[in-house]
Amino acid sequence: MTALLEVEKLAVSFGTMRAVDAISFTVESGEILGLVGESGCGKTTAALALMRLLRGATCTGAARLADVDLFSLDEPAMRARRGSDLAMIFQDPATALHPTIQVGDQLVETLRTHLNLSARQARSRALDLFRKVGIAAPEARLRAFPHELSGGMCQRVMIAMAIACSPLLLLADEPTTALDVTVQAQILDLLRQVTREAGMSVVLITHDLGVVAGMADRVAVMYAGAIVEMAGTDRLFAAPRHPYTRGLLASIPALDQGWDEPIPTLAGSVQSAFEVPGCRFSPRCPLASEICRSAPSLREVAPGHFVSCWNAA
Amino acid sequence: MVDVPAAEIILPRPAQRFGALRRLLRHRLAALGLIVIGLLAIGSAGAPWLAPYQPDDIDIAQRYAPPLSEGHILGSDDLGRDVLTRLLYAGQVSLSVGLAAMLVTVLVGFAVGAFAAYHGGWVDIALMRLTDIMLCFPSVFLLLFVAAFVTPSLASIALMIGLTCWMEIARIVYAQILTLKSADFIAAARMVGAPSWRIIFRQILPNTLAPILVAATLNMANAILLESYISFLGYGIQPPAASWGNMLTNAQSDFQVDPWLAILPGLAITLAVASFNFIGDGLRDALDPRMRERSAGALR
Amino acid sequence: MLRFLAHRLAQSVVLLLGVSIIGFGLMHLAPGGPLALYTINPTVTAQDIERVKAQFGLDQPVAIQYLKWAEGMFTGNWGYSFFGGQQVREIVLDRMPATLELMGTSLFLALMIGVTIGIVSAVRRNSVADYASAVAAMIALSLPTFWFGLLAIYLFAQTLEWLPAGGVASTSGGDLVDRLRHLVLPVAVLSFVLVAQWSRYTRSAMLDILNQDYIRTAEAKGLKRSRILLNHALRACLAPLITLAGLQLPLLVGGALVTETVFSWPGMGLLFVNALGMRDYPVLMAILMVSAFVVVLGNLLADIAVALVDPRVKLGYG
Repeated sequence: MTALLEVEKLAVSFGTMRAVDAISFTVESGEILGLVGESGCGKTTAALALMRLLRGATCTGAARLADVDLFSLDEPAMRARRGSDLAMIFQDPATALHPTIQVGDQLVETLRTHLNLSARQARSRALDLFRKVGIAAPEARLRAFPHELSGGMCQRVMIAMAIACSPLLLLADEPTTALDVTVQAQILDLLRQVTREAGMSVVLITHDLGVVAGMADRVAVMYAGAIVEMAGTDRLFAAPRHPYTRGLLASIPALDQGWDEPIPTLAGSVQSAFEVPGCRFSPRCPLASEICRSAPSLREVAPGHFVSCWNAA
Repeated sequence: MVDVPAAEIILPRPAQRFGALRRLLRHRLAALGLIVIGLLAIGSAGAPWLAPYQPDDIDIAQRYAPPLSEGHILGSDDLGRDVLTRLLYAGQVSLSVGLAAMLVTVLVGFAVGAFAAYHGGWVDIALMRLTDIMLCFPSVFLLLFVAAFVTPSLASIALMIGLTCWMEIARIVYAQILTLKSADFIAAARMVGAPSWRIIFRQILPNTLAPILVAATLNMANAILLESYISFLGYGIQPPAASWGNMLTNAQSDFQVDPWLAILPGLAITLAVASFNFIGDGLRDALDPRMRERSAGALR
Repeated sequence: MLRFLAHRLAQSVVLLLGVSIIGFGLMHLAPGGPLALYTINPTVTAQDIERVKAQFGLDQPVAIQYLKWAEGMFTGNWGYSFFGGQQVREIVLDRMPATLELMGTSLFLALMIGVTIGIVSAVRRNSVADYASAVAAMIALSLPTFWFGLLAIYLFAQTLEWLPAGGVASTSGGDLVDRLRHLVLPVAVLSFVLVAQWSRYTRSAMLDILNQDYIRTAEAKGLKRSRILLNHALRACLAPLITLAGLQLPLLVGGALVTETVFSWPGMGLLFVNALGMRDYPVLMAILMVSAFVVVLGNLLADIAVALVDPRVKLGYG
């Protein structure tokens, strides 16, 4: 059986600048894949490339959703799939909603674009969706403008819009980053609940390993446009193989850590890594050696566990 | 995983192909503007040496000579005066009025805006309300209004244009300084005890320079245009002295006889004004990275 | 809403008072005073001037004159022209329709064409069309209008003889076709500049909007491009467009000095130029006040309209 989403050698470049470097991964039906990395590593770019929403970019490779190659569709066919087969949630719900259109109308618009509904049917469906994502007093909220709602409430509206047409795949780009810590957990719970219920696959993009640990079935770690390690969530946290993943995990402060112990950090930054020949992590890597001058490729070190490092044991 | 040959896919979006072309050409236009202004300035400043005649050499035998005729490359006017000579001398007037008016505009605008914003309180209210009142006068109305009651001279015209056009720069400076006032580095300067004049000149002026420079260049264009308007309506530089504007007024009645008399000074005005506009546009692109068009879909 | 209106009205009154005081002051402090033109005329004797002064109340202190004039402005008695003695209000109101006709047509055309060009340029950013319209707009904004008008008259009226050179209508004709033919050249000249303004402004507002997150959301929802443009982008663009319309509203009444002069269009602009030439103060002051009033009104209307289309904007004090 083939996976729901198969991404093969997806590469994105803006002019001469390579933002995503031939990444390949799959997402099974009903699975939640965490896509983790520092900001600027190409996570969002990869997701937007799957939606074909990048401007001025050259994309190569293939992405098959339910055996349909998204990149070979013409624009109207792609448009018909956006919002219905694959949907996306953005980082900042306050700016992602149109400021002068009532949120109910924004939701109804999505419904009526993809489903053959009358205005009244769409309205009552919108009401159901608002209830489903836990919005109190949904009738009144349908008529609200985004600036009248809190950030968490706006994100609930975004989620309602994304799941409105029961998509096969949901791309959630840092869905909790812009929210208060107390609201983050509620939104994550909601996401897990609605996607599990519908058997929806999710690509959860985040820089927060804590979010991934609680949500994802599998995790792919990205560094400088490439996937450096990919494994089941439990395995990745228990036995990370790539030095970058280890560094990331080590930099999470532990509760039993002494208050005066320094938090381990990764030296250097990801910014210049795109120009590094060979292994892009080598300038920051404690294990770097002569062999890292040539680029390693992703290899399977244990069943379902892929690492792209010459020195990974 | 299967190894598939990677298919080149260009996403169906407005391509960036013309982005580079546009930037290049835009800066080319600014560069072209600089060259044109340079030539006009050199020609005007060097008029006594470059011009083939004196600006008021009358030659009744050679009236209305067409362009490219012998002795008059750009022809001659109703009194047989050489058009090229007069254009060059008129350039002196028009360009220096523009320059002087721009300087007055920037000085008054900066003073009002900076003083209001830095002082705050009733000074702020009084000065900015005055700015509002001045903006209520339809711009050309006010200018003409004043122009009609003043004996026209190069200095008075420059002063009038300057004194009726400073409001925009005052608002730019005012807004800029209000933003800067709350900026952290100003707070830092204040905290180490720098005196306010020092803060204005060392911290605030350099930071407002870019928008002022852009506004000043565009103002220069506007001032040249305004000078031509008031000269055209008869309240500007008086004949026999030539400015591009009053050369046009003269030519209006001779349009049937010799359209070139009107076409040439108009072209000179358009060239000068367009050049300053293009330079201002280029400056805006070059100086203020925030105003530059963000490349959509940039890396996140 | 009512409190906002009251506040803004008070503010407007202060603005208009300021304008009137500055305007009145300028005219009465000018060298030669209001009757400068009479004093040059050798046939007018000193006694004549004293008599005229008394007749128009010019022998009184400036402050008293101002108060009398201001009272008149409020009560509808705008004074009498120095020349011909006609009621100023009649003179000004007589000229209004011609200006409304010219400016209304030009503004309407400019808005339609300019906004369209602006949207197309923003959507097809960096295309040849975008680039060409940018250069064309820049040149249009650099042309002296009167020169452009003169060229148009020379070419289309005098050389080709397709269209009349000036005025609102022929003395003989005056039917609709004739009036329209008279309208073509001045409207074309005016619109050229206005279109340039509108297209530049719309383009930059639109570009800003097209880069917003909510446009990407709309695309991610799979909406049609036309719907995104018309329903989402244009809706967000309404507020800035209304603001510009408010700023240009005064043109409707103030007219275009230069264009009206070139085309002998008997509107407010030409009236101003003529009154200025004759130093006809009552007329000048009336035009000034009417124009300033419309400036204030335009700003107020724009603020209210923006608050109507954008629920985020609360009508506040400011």
